[in-house]
Amino acid sequence: MGEEVLRLEGVRKSYNIGQPSETEVLHGIDLRLERGQFLALTGPSGSGKSTLLNIIGLLDRPTSGRLFIKGQDTGMLGDAAITRLRGHTIGFVFQDHHLISAFTAQENVMMPMLVDRGFPGADIAARAGDLMERVGLARVAGNLAANMSGGQQQRVAIARALAMNPDLVLADEPTGNLDTKSANSVFELMRQVNRDSGTSFLMVTHNLDLARRCDRIVDVVDGRIAGE
Amino acid sequence: MNRWLPFEWIAAVRFLREGRAQTLFIISGIAIGVGVIVFMSALLTGLQANFLKRVLTSQAQIQLLPPDQVARPLRNGPGEFESATIQRPSQRTISIDQWPKIRDRMLAIPEITAVSPTMSGSALAVRGDASRAISISGIEPASYFRIVRVPDYIVAGEARLTSDDIIVGTELAKDLGASLGDKLRVQAASGTAVVLKITGVIDLGNKAANERSSYVALRTAQSLLGTIGGVTTIDLTVRDIYAAETVARRIQASNAVQADSWIRTNAQFFTAINAQQTSNNLIRVFVALSVAFGIAAVLVVSVIQRSKDIGILRAMGGSRGQVLRIFLIQGGLLGFVGALLGSAVGVGGLVYWHSTVKQADGSEMFPLVFERSLFVITAVLATITGLLAAMFPALRAARLDPVEAIRG
Ligand SMILES: Nc1ncnc2c1ncn2[C@@H]1O[C@H](COP(=O)(O)OP(=O)(O)OP(=O)(O)O)[C@@H](O)[C@H]1O
Ligand SMILES: [Mg+2]
Repeated sequence: MGEEVLRLEGVRKSYNIGQPSETEVLHGIDLRLERGQFLALTGPSGSGKSTLLNIIGLLDRPTSGRLFIKGQDTGMLGDAAITRLRGHTIGFVFQDHHLISAFTAQENVMMPMLVDRGFPGADIAARAGDLMERVGLARVAGNLAANMSGGQQQRVAIARALAMNPDLVLADEPTGNLDTKSANSVFELMRQVNRDSGTSFLMVTHNLDLARRCDRIVDVVDGRIAGE
Repeated sequence: MNRWLPFEWIAAVRFLREGRAQTLFIISGIAIGVGVIVFMSALLTGLQANFLKRVLTSQAQIQLLPPDQVARPLRNGPGEFESATIQRPSQRTISIDQWPKIRDRMLAIPEITAVSPTMSGSALAVRGDASRAISISGIEPASYFRIVRVPDYIVAGEARLTSDDIIVGTELAKDLGASLGDKLRVQAASGTAVVLKITGVIDLGNKAANERSSYVALRTAQSLLGTIGGVTTIDLTVRDIYAAETVARRIQASNAVQADSWIRTNAQFFTAINAQQTSNNLIRVFVALSVAFGIAAVLVVSVIQRSKDIGILRAMGGSRGQVLRIFLIQGGLLGFVGALLGSAVGVGGLVYWHSTVKQADGSEMFPLVFERSLFVITAVLATITGLLAAMFPALRAARLDPVEAIRG
């Protein structure tokens, strides 16, 4: 067994707790992910994939159950510690690129390092430059995000997700808004990063063709893991 | 990207810059408000300074007079009045009792910087067919000029006073058809008269004063008014002009004189200033409030518009504190930049008004007085107002749930 990056034990999530509209969306999820694995999360719309990803990404907390990141039980951590852990170990790629439009592409890539250290610096800019090169966008690093194509923006988002050298990258339908060609190349880029640096990936996708090219496929149906 | 600027500052500036129209409008709003405050405050300071300068160089800060003569009811015995109605005696030209002693005592008080005895009264100035009622001030030039800057008001001749000289106001000279070097016959009510030569003509900046005022040597006035060796007033200046009233009260308590400070004789002015100050402060408060609400409104909208950005920052490890500070800094910056522009607007308006609005004779209506403290205080208060106004939106931003913020 490889080194464990992520483990979920009986994770449940309910929304609108205490109200008449209270609903449980996740009904006890168990999942384990090892370093270097590229996992595809599939399932019908509304089955709870994004909810699960947000919990894993420490943006949301489970109603019950436990979440371990690199062996650490996150249920014990306070808000500040959770924020720090998130910044240092997890990178996000969303369906809409979610670049901050007030900054250039390269500055967006610097952002996780900026919020971590509090000050910009030559080393941070240099690392962002390297990452831009790695995703094949060195030429347009100084452009504003708004002036880039969807595929380019998603590449910038991937570079940004890698900025803190995370153990795990969470991607929620990263190719959902891209045409087949761009989707392919964005996926290949993530696969490349995964192979080169051993970063674990957890990607939600509806694209079965892409899912089949991952190490594992986990199918979520109605808030439960239906199969792998 | 500035290498040493904290991340929160960079983000705040970028957000403001990206929200162009919003930022521009709110800053213009703040600038107008601040401009009004700067304009009003500087104008008020100018008018005040103008008045103070006029008052303090043309009159003594404290005047010692003989004690007011009070009549007491005549009594035959306890509870028995000869005459119940009391008439105030006519106040003749009365000299201050033992004035040299009082003068010496005044000279010994450390708060007092100048002491000058004066003999004043009324007389008739005659030249040819023309005659005018005038008020005569007999002074000791050396000490008196330290209190009232007569030499500054000279428009012809010089401020020299031997026992045969007289300095007269411009209007008086005109009325009598006299000019520098001419002789005047000055006659007191008692009939005593002297002939004096005009050695100086002064403009006191006030028509009524120019029509009546004249200065002669102390001895000349004493002999003319028939009170040899006497003086009617002792004029004083003090180190701290605003302490004049307290000093006056102290002097009156321990000397047989009546002490009037400039603060008391100009009570009306202070009432007016206070009223203006009060309305000025009210305007300040309301301008500050509308600036605060304006900033808060703009930032509340900005937080909603930027909820995605906020969610992303949080997802990338940004703390609630960082988000809070980004919006607080925006509020502070809006206030500060608005105050800078507003100060420029206020100064510009004042300079323009100063150059276009003149007094009837073409002289300036008020002096331009720009105290650095006004701008510093304005900038500091505007920045604090901005920070306070940003508090509510910033807290909202910091409390945003990242999941919902990202979903938008
Ligand atoms: N904040 C919320 N409050 C109430 N219900 C919610 C909330 N967020 C999600 N849900 C519900 O939870 C369920 C799972 O939503 P989720 O977004 O995780 O599904 P998904 O698998 O990601 O779907 P999709 O493939 O369409 O993105 C849905 O029924 C959704 O309506
Ligand atoms: Mg989803």
